[in-house]
Amino acid sequence: MQEQEETPTFSEESLISVTVNGHIYERNAPVRMLLSDFLRHELHLTGTHVGCEHGVCGCCTVLLNGEAVRSCLMLAVQADGMALTTIEGMAGTNSELHPIQQAFQEKHGLQCGFCTSGMIISVHAMLHENPNPTEEEIRHELSGNLCRCTGYQNIVEAVKLAAERLRAGAAFNAPKEVE
Amino acid sequence: MKPPRFGYCAPGMLDEALALLEQHGEDAKILAGGQSLIPLLNMRLAGPAYIIDINHISELNYIEAEEGYLAVGATVRHRQVERSSLVKEKHPLLVEVVQHIGHMQIRNRGTIVGSIAHADPAAELPALLTCLVGEVVAQSIHGERVIKAGEFFTGYLSTSLNPEEMLTEVRFPWITPQSGWAFMELARRSGDYALVGAVAVLTPTLDDHCMSAHVAYLGISGNPVRAREVEDSIIGTTLDEQTLEHAAEIARTFVSDDMEDVHATVDYRRALTAEITKRVVRAAWARRKAMK
Repeated sequence: MQEQEETPTFSEESLISVTVNGHIYERNAPVRMLLSDFLRHELHLTGTHVGCEHGVCGCCTVLLNGEAVRSCLMLAVQADGMALTTIEGMAGTNSELHPIQQAFQEKHGLQCGFCTSGMIISVHAMLHENPNPTEEEIRHELSGNLCRCTGYQNIVEAVKLAAERLRAGAAFNAPKEVE
Repeated sequence: MKPPRFGYCAPGMLDEALALLEQHGEDAKILAGGQSLIPLLNMRLAGPAYIIDINHISELNYIEAEEGYLAVGATVRHRQVERSSLVKEKHPLLVEVVQHIGHMQIRNRGTIVGSIAHADPAAELPALLTCLVGEVVAQSIHGERVIKAGEFFTGYLSTSLNPEEMLTEVRFPWITPQSGWAFMELARRSGDYALVGAVAVLTPTLDDHCMSAHVAYLGISGNPVRAREVEDSIIGTTLDEQTLEHAAEIARTFVSDDMEDVHATVDYRRALTAEITKRVVRAAWARRKAMK
């Protein structure tokens, strides 16, 4: 957020400071740069995937101040001062998988893996709000993430398993964020 | 698939945003949730020279119960409304409608006022505002204008907003406690744009006939549509099956001839519109509270 002391003016480039997975990054970027491209090209966090680039496929989903959002439907400059979690922030410090990632692996909830980072982030947000979703709720909540390989069956199974383990006390690995 | 170049400014005060609009209105776009504008930029369907980001204008972030209506300010996100205990308690129809918008990830960013300003005839909120005969507030440095829903939506993605004006508030009229209401959509997949959608608010008389009816549709024309003839056909009745069949036949005629695309032919949309009319009116009537 910028201080407003004089009449605000338009700019084409801006200094952006964001906290991603607990690390603070500062970069100059054109204001037209999408958050998804900022993560991938400027911060080299290429786990966030870019599919359709108009908000349909869900591959670029990240957590913004804890809420799942499409990083292709935001300008990087709009994330200035905010905390983000990307797929790179999900695993534990010793690279042990997050319970959601573990469940996706065990249940074969992925094939090519392109949609997986967005899926994991969306599932994280879903289970945080609703720890015990029904199958219908899982399918509804995942309707914003397209998978063209699995037919969703194993993804739904993975979400059920992850939910069960998280309810039983597996560490949620709260996103590494600084408010 | 990248936005074209533009100048960006994120003022912290409404007055500053309005001053910028006055100067650059013709070439500027307001950015709030961005869930419609950013795809348009990405696809280069829009190319404004200036973008005025209003997300930092905290005075526009309010949900307030007023006399006669619920007021929602320009930076209130869909999810904020979904989670608001005030809205859940006092305007449950709005919560129901908002839950049909896009996906959770879209509702986390998208704004109520932005959906109205975008004026997509296939979107949920313009149809709701039309059904309830709500109003919007447009502001410019010259003052404030209150516009009725029926005069605000002027065609596909078009409104009566002037270039130097910003939509700052949407007003959803309250529904009386005894009225029954329902909102439904027919979509091919959860979260997709609906092929057709309908919203109904029905109020019973003391002897349980339909005293007043508001029925509106999305996805059947270049505008959100309030169907007076459908309403007239059910007012004064007890909503028996014959009345519903008759209303459904009238509803068909409101689908405009050009509503044909890869997802549905005009005939199919007419069939869906007839069916959804019966369902939404039946569901709304079932929710009414009989007066004693």
